[in-house]
Amino acid sequence: MAYGETGRVASVRIVIVWGTGLLETDGSMSDALSVQDGKPTARRPKRWHILVFLLPAFLVYSAVMILPLIETLRLSLFNTVDGQPAFVGLANFQTLFGEERWAHDFWNALKNNVIFFIIHMCVQNPIGVALAAMLSIPKLRFVTFYRTAIFLPTLLSFVIVGFIWKLILSPIWGVSPWILDLVGLKSLFAPWLGKPGSALIAVSLISVWQYVGIPMMLIYAALLNIPDEVIEAAECDGVTGWSQFWKIKLPLILPAIGIISILTFVGNFNAFDLVYTVQGALAGPDGSTDILGTLLYRTFFGFQLQLGDRSMGATIATVMFLIILAGVSLYLFVIQRRMRRYQF
Amino acid sequence: MTRTTIKGLLLASSILGTAGLAHAEDVTLTIESWRNDDLAIWQEKLIPAFEAKNPGIKVKFAPMAPTEYNAALNAKLDAGSAGDLVTCRPFDVSLELYNKKHLADLTALPGMENFSPVARSAWTTDDGKATFCVPMASVIHGFIYNKDAFDQLGIQIPTTEAEFFAALDKIKADGNYIPMAMGTKDLWEAATMGYQNIGPNYWKGEEGRAALIKGEQKLTDEPWVEPYRVLAKWKDYLGDGFEAQTYPDSQNLFTLGRAAIYPAGSWEIGLFNTQAQFKMGAFPPPVKNAGDTCYISDHNDIGIGLNTKSAHAEQAKTFLTWVASPEFADIYANALPGFFSLNSTPVKMTDPLAQEFVSWREKCKPTIRSTYQILARGTPSLENETWVESANVINGTDTPEVAAEKLQKGLDAWYKPAK
Repeated sequence: MAYGETGRVASVRIVIVWGTGLLETDGSMSDALSVQDGKPTARRPKRWHILVFLLPAFLVYSAVMILPLIETLRLSLFNTVDGQPAFVGLANFQTLFGEERWAHDFWNALKNNVIFFIIHMCVQNPIGVALAAMLSIPKLRFVTFYRTAIFLPTLLSFVIVGFIWKLILSPIWGVSPWILDLVGLKSLFAPWLGKPGSALIAVSLISVWQYVGIPMMLIYAALLNIPDEVIEAAECDGVTGWSQFWKIKLPLILPAIGIISILTFVGNFNAFDLVYTVQGALAGPDGSTDILGTLLYRTFFGFQLQLGDRSMGATIATVMFLIILAGVSLYLFVIQRRMRRYQF
Repeated sequence: MTRTTIKGLLLASSILGTAGLAHAEDVTLTIESWRNDDLAIWQEKLIPAFEAKNPGIKVKFAPMAPTEYNAALNAKLDAGSAGDLVTCRPFDVSLELYNKKHLADLTALPGMENFSPVARSAWTTDDGKATFCVPMASVIHGFIYNKDAFDQLGIQIPTTEAEFFAALDKIKADGNYIPMAMGTKDLWEAATMGYQNIGPNYWKGEEGRAALIKGEQKLTDEPWVEPYRVLAKWKDYLGDGFEAQTYPDSQNLFTLGRAAIYPAGSWEIGLFNTQAQFKMGAFPPPVKNAGDTCYISDHNDIGIGLNTKSAHAEQAKTFLTWVASPEFADIYANALPGFFSLNSTPVKMTDPLAQEFVSWREKCKPTIRSTYQILARGTPSLENETWVESANVINGTDTPEVAAEKLQKGLDAWYKPAK
């Protein structure tokens, strides 16, 4: 993974260079004059184009990402008092954690979200690594086919995925009870999506099915990046087969696994769409599939007869933001720094 | 290129502008609605009937997608670009529009006397003083059954709770049909087709509903827990895997002839008539003991109100008075079987199933869904909680008592009955 790392460092350097270029533009007028005077100066010419090219992205990013984020954080400190929006400090957070019902809903959603994340980490990522390891076996045929087939669900809309799986798992028309019946295991079938005990696991596994292609692709790329010399040297030392995977390849792809973990974390704690399409906004049965995203949706936009509550919605969004921020910071400052990297 | 575009635009606007002038003598009223299914009925039947009687007033029905309606209408009303007439969702959504002064007070509108207080309740302020939408239609709950199946098994229409379960037992013992087509996956089926369907017989319709709002009764009281106990018994008569059965699944199970009884809302009539290949009948929710007064859920669904910013308020009121007339009720109810007129004058309908549903109004006392007025506006909304708990009771996740306790606790969290 040294390549990726040097690439990152290089990109940081470029940014620094750009930064100085931007700083220099401040004194642009005098500089332009000095060029006209025909006295070549030692200073670099102004790089207007950098500013110009950065501007659209900066504006769009600020308008659609930064401003709404700040506005959400601000909104979480406000609430309607006597029909007028008023600054209430941390009272919304006090409500969220202090009032029994809000706290129950929130902790239930957080607990479900953690389970959702754990299932992804324990199922999706190991399977992704295993698939990538199998794909990188040189003798395997139809690699491109497998790669495409496994990656394909990732490209599907969650609406389609939710619909397909609802049909597959349907106790009435579904193929799963029928197939189980063919092999005489009908008794193993249960309406998984409708039982409080199994619904969350079922939804998580549907999500795993959809997104397993992403860790697979990233790990596959990392595995292909391992130089042949390293593998040959390992083989000369008698490290082959499984021990080669555990001792040589796995340490080399660990940074990629780290990145995947953090992507999974951010994705899972922002998740909403699949639960919404498969289980509806109330995330039934009995709130057993309610995750932070669905709780936020119901609170902010309202549902059926419940009117939306923007302030409490923003409060939940802020807590979600803080959870994700904490997770990412933990990874960046604690785990990633301790990760050993190898330079080839 | 740009120049030609501008020229084209100028030309088009000048032509359109004069076209507008040419019709300036006629007032055009625009109706905002979420019922895009009804576009043809408005254009072909309702509007021509009105325009024939009221020369000089043209009406335009401009529906949009149901899911977008509330948000889009709010935005249009705030911007002052909404149509003259606005179809009203029942209860709080419309009440909020009235409170924001987007809907005009129609209490004194000629024709309003054609509606009972229950019919008006969905579009009346909490104190009952102002009505801001003309009630258009309601939906009635009951059970639709497969007549062929009933004849084949020799089952009579059940009128009491005991007969109802005896019929279900008989269908189950025969094994050819799933006794009842209902699932709990979508939650609302359990609440709307289950609890709100049979419940009024136990809490005595309006009497219980009013007592609940006043705080004289609690959801943990017997009349409110008992329907849950009955509902819990339904579990054994639903199809395999009903926990994951969705609303369209239930509809299909019934119309394909695989289930014998369908806990229904009258809005199903139109669809079932076109899809089912067998004879259908309907019966009202069975009463507890023979001879008890029966209560039905006759729930207000659509009304129509006047935008306060309308430039043609007088003409719009003429139209609203017509909507309140028996003539409108007759055309509307026959064009849309299952959406019943709320007008006090009985409407003669041609659809037999719709006739059956509406005939219950004469022998039973109507009420609306208990959770809709006032009690759904806080957090947690009693309606949404009822969805979850009704499904829980049928699934066996919660006992009826626990479910009732949870609901009352959620309601107590925000609702303080006026003393």
